[in-house]
Formats: sequence, structure tokens, C-alpha cells
Amino acid sequence: MRGGQGATRAPVLQFTNCRILRGGALLREDLWVREGRILDPEKLFFDERRVADEQRDCGGYILAPGFIDVQINGGFGVDFSKITENVGSGVALVAQRILSHGVTSFCPTLVTSPPEIYHKVLPQIPVKSGGPHGAGVLGVHLEGPFISQEKRGAHPEAHLRSFEAHAFHDVLATYGPLDNVRIVTLAPELGRSHEVIQALTAQGICVSLGHSVADLQAAEEAVQSGATFITHLFNAMLPFHHRDPGIVGLLTSDRLPPGRCIFYGMIADGIHTNPAALRIAYRAHPHGLVLVTDAVPALGLGNGRHTLGQQDVEVDGLTAYVAGTKTLCGSIAPMDVCVRHFLQATGCSVEAALEAASLHPAQLLGLEKSKGSLDFGADADFVVLDDTLRVQATYISGELVWQAEEARL
Amino acid sequence: MKLIILEHYSQASEWAAKYIRNRIIQFNPGPDKYFTMGLPTGSTPLGCYKKLIEYYKNGDLSFKYVKTFNMDEYVGLPRDHPESYHSFMWNNFFKHIDIHPENTHILDGNAADLQAECDAFEQKIKAAGGIELFVGGIGPDGHIAFNEPGSSLVSRTRVKTLAMDTILANARFFDGDLAKVPTMALTVGVGTVMDAREVMILITGAHKAFALYKAIEEGVNHMWTVSAFQQHPCTVFVCDEDATLELKVKTVKYFKGLMLVHNKLVDPLYSIKEKEIEKSQSSKKPYSD
Repeated sequence: MRGGQGATRAPVLQFTNCRILRGGALLREDLWVREGRILDPEKLFFDERRVADEQRDCGGYILAPGFIDVQINGGFGVDFSKITENVGSGVALVAQRILSHGVTSFCPTLVTSPPEIYHKVLPQIPVKSGGPHGAGVLGVHLEGPFISQEKRGAHPEAHLRSFEAHAFHDVLATYGPLDNVRIVTLAPELGRSHEVIQALTAQGICVSLGHSVADLQAAEEAVQSGATFITHLFNAMLPFHHRDPGIVGLLTSDRLPPGRCIFYGMIADGIHTNPAALRIAYRAHPHGLVLVTDAVPALGLGNGRHTLGQQDVEVDGLTAYVAGTKTLCGSIAPMDVCVRHFLQATGCSVEAALEAASLHPAQLLGLEKSKGSLDFGADADFVVLDDTLRVQATYISGELVWQAEEARL
Repeated sequence: MKLIILEHYSQASEWAAKYIRNRIIQFNPGPDKYFTMGLPTGSTPLGCYKKLIEYYKNGDLSFKYVKTFNMDEYVGLPRDHPESYHSFMWNNFFKHIDIHPENTHILDGNAADLQAECDAFEQKIKAAGGIELFVGGIGPDGHIAFNEPGSSLVSRTRVKTLAMDTILANARFFDGDLAKVPTMALTVGVGTVMDAREVMILITGAHKAFALYKAIEEGVNHMWTVSAFQQHPCTVFVCDEDATLELKVKTVKYFKGLMLVHNKLVDPLYSIKEKEIEKSQSSKKPYSD
């Protein structure tokens, strides 16, 4: 609840002629905003006896909560893990460019790196509110280095670590201060992982399981210690086996603490996860599905050959190859493309597709009161979409921060 | 008295909405001349509200210069409770139209001094120049607003204890839990409604048939408070076929025979939209009945 003199005098904006996503349904309702938050118009009417100061016709479009990307390694030529000088401007560039894809907040993701990189880079990526300058930074997602050697994927083997010796002290020694950290992906089979998971979650950091060879039992124990997320389900983990379903088995486990919802990241770009696998996961556990881009620096560079660090990359549509080969080198589908592909591949409702990119990541981070929903009191971060879910405009705190050229709002 | 008989609920609702629309347009309200209305809640008027919203959205009708007074509100129910009449009016009418919040009046069932709240309500009606058109519905026991059987027919706005029938009927809106149903309400009196220059009462459904019979075919009786309007100079009852089941064939036939005349009351007028054009173009006179 907000009140006081300042709030009552601030202008009220009413978005009309739209369908808004609220309570899991698209409703023919207006969206009311004051001071960057979503307002209960009934209270305004009866308590303050006021009407909107400005009305904005949305032309029948859909208004959905802004998308939240909890796993993005970079984009537009920027690699969060490779830059040491001027990290801030690299993050700012990505933050600005992803507005056009409906993303209003994100977790810049660092892959396995040597400790000195963490010490240098992490303090330069503070949690930051979004605005016309770009999407908000919710905190960094640290993917590695406490992961399985066997399932390390593209992570550099030389920098992998364990915390067997001093548990949480090893974690702190590697990363440095954790103030700017929101998510840590680790492999639960590493020794003393329970102590580490408990210590991280006690600090409000979300622990995600991934790049791991854990069996289901180890995964369940990690969840009991406080883990709540699975990093890019199916990728970099043991394949599903009916006698030991592995981490994938968490989706239907009956050994989770009561009331706990396990969330899992999905790269729904149509390339990194087979649509059938996407459907299996969605149907088994629809409310835990979190769409992530896991995008690499080639995101947004357009077709052709690009040089990224030491690597030459060939981009063709939604696929990025190591130049001259047919080896995939990461995902480059932006979030709105993932939402549309997820909708089309699973045949889920529009509401479910939108919530997988907004409500679920917000719930994962415990931010559902302010992000990921259009409930009264939440931040007015939202995306304006046409019926095919193409982004027409993006708003942060009730302010227009991006608009498609053809859209007239 | 006029008795308007339509075939079904939807036609009755539409007739009532058109009638209200025409009355507002003919009144020609403006900044110095507000059209004042009494408004009901409940399931009966929903269809009528929907139509009025439609007319507003089409640009045929504006509520900019309309003042509304609601009939009643529960005592002690939080204003934002989904079953409060504040919530009802917001969700089913006010949020869809261009009425200014300052021009809406609903009794505050959480006021510290309930009787003072009721007296102030009467004062506000008076200050607005009285009510031009009071729209109401009735209960199966013939109550108008919360003027339960036995209420004085000259009563004013006051606190009322609800009849057991009403509490039982309302339980379905409160998870079927009698303990949650409010037992008291603030309501305009029969006399308050009688003071309106015109009264329109919507009665639909077979379960209201006996009440309609008591309202118009028997004498004025405080056990059927709606019967008081037999003594009002300008009352319109709008009902569907089902509601006429207890009436004499003769009564029904007489009023049905009059429908040709009564339907003129809802013939399309020039909407406010067209009036703007008319002002600038010709001197065409709007239809008048």
C-alpha cells in the first residue's frame, strides 16, 4: 500500500482498450498506473474520488508483465564473462537492446571463470532498476565453477573448482562478496554441497542445479537443503532413465518439501531442446517452467560471420555455428522468439506462455509481489503484444522505454 | 402505472436500458443540470447495466452529467469485499462508463454513526434536487431495496435488520456460510423512493411472479413493500413473461395490448453523438413521445 500526499497528487495513467494478463487469464480490463506501480482503480474511485489524468488507447493489444530472463550470457557482441574493463557499459548495452524483445529485467550470467575475474567483474554489475536506459538488473547468475567436469559443456575445464575443503569459505574465496549475486548454478554431487546450498539460500541467493551428473536422490537432497531451480533442463545433466530419472525426475518428485515448487529453465529456441522434450517437461510440471534465452554474445548480431573474442561465429537465422562448421555455439533466440516458439511447440495457452517468461521467473526469485504480474501494487513493467505475441512496446515503471516503429501508442 | 411485458430477461433488460437512455438524452443534462438516478444492485439489473455500458461505448450516451444514488449497502462488510455493493457497482457499471466518482453516492456501511450516514444521504439527495428516475428491483417477498416485509411505507433511509429469507438467499454469495452473511444493512426507505419523480422496477423470473401479483393486483400492504408504488404518480414495472405467471389473464392481455404505445417510449432518439452533428447542420427535431 502506498499513500501519503505525494502519491495522491502524482498523475494517474489509464491504459484502455486492451487485454491484460491477470490471475492467469487475459481480461478485458484497463491497466491503471501511478508512480510506476499498478494501481487499484476501485480504491482511486471510492477513496480518492479521482479519475485518470491521462488515458492511452492500446488498440486492443495484449498487456503482459515484462519478461524476465534469468540466464543470459551476453548479446550484441558483449560477453559478460570475457570483459574485465568497463563491464558496466557492456551490461548497459545488452540491457538497452533487450527492451525490444520485451525483457524488462534480467540476470547477467557469468560462466565458469577464474577467481580474479569474479573479483573484478562482480562488483561492477550492481543490482539496478530498469528504465529508459535499459532493463533492470536483478543480480548476477553465476553458472559455475562448482560444476561437474563430465557435464561442463562449454565451460573451461581448467577453471572448474570444488568446495570440498572449506565448503562455503571456498565459495566466498572464489566469488568474493556475494552482494550482487542472485542465482548460483552448482552440481549437487560435489562434496559438502548441502552446507553450501544452505549458506547461499540463507543469504537469499537462489541455488540452481545444473552441469551435473547427480542422480535423483542427490537432487532431492539438494532441494531439501534449499535449491529451487534447475539450469537449462535436459542440457548438461544425465539423460532421463526410468530407474534413475536424475535431475529431470525432480519435476515429478514426491520427496520435495511440502508446498515447494521446483522451477526449471528451458531454452525454447526450437534448437537446443527438441519440441517433444519441451512438451514432456511442460505437461509434467507446467507451473515450474521458466523460459530462459541462455543467449550468447552473437544474439542480435544478424546473419553472417562475426568475430567474438578468439572465435569466429557464423549466424544463420536462430542458429549460431562455429564458423566453417556445423557445431552449435550457443543460443541466439531472443526472449520473445522463445515465448512464441514455446506457445507453438507445446500448444499451451497464450497465458501460460506469457507466464513462463514473467510470473514464473519472478516467483523463482521471490519477486512475485513486484515483478512478473500485473496485480495491484506491482511494478508497472509490462510489454504490449499483438495477437501473434510480437512486441509492440515495452514499459518499465509505467514509462514507455521501447516502441516498435509501426506501433502507435 | 405502466406494466411492460417482454418475452425474456434479455428483452426486458434492453427495454429498461433504452428507457433510461432516452430519459437521460431527453433530459439534456449539463454542468448546471444533472440527471439524478437511483440505482439497484443484484442479478436482475445486470443485463440493463450491460446495455447501458454498450450505449456509452457506442458513444450514444454519456454519464458525465449524471448523479447516482444507490439504494443500499451492507453494514460491516469491508468496502472492497467482493460482495459489497460498492464492489458490485464498480465492477458492473462504474468502471465501464464516464461517470465522475464525485457524482456517485453509495451508503457507507462502515460509518461510525450509521444513522448520521443515512441522514446525510437523504440530505445529499435533497441537495441534488431529488431523484429524477429511481430504478429498483425487488425480492421474491416483494421487498424494495432492503425494505423487508413490514417496513413502514413512509420510511426514510435508515439501518435495517435483514429478514431471515434474505439472509438465507444471500448465503450463496458468502460460501454458503450463514455466519458470514451480513445481518444488517443501510437502505433508502420506501418514502425515499416514493419521492422520486419516476420509479422503474425490474421484475423477472418465475420466482418473482407472486411478488408481481402482490405488487399490482392486490392492495397497498406493508408486507409487500413494493405495492406502495400503486400510489406513485409515475411508475413503470418492466417484467418478462415468467414474472407474469401469477397475474390474471385479463391484466396481462390489457398491458400487452398497450405495448404498441409503450414501445414508443424506447424508440431511438438522436443520441448525443448525432446531436452534435445536428447542432452544426440542421434543425431536425429529435423524436419526442
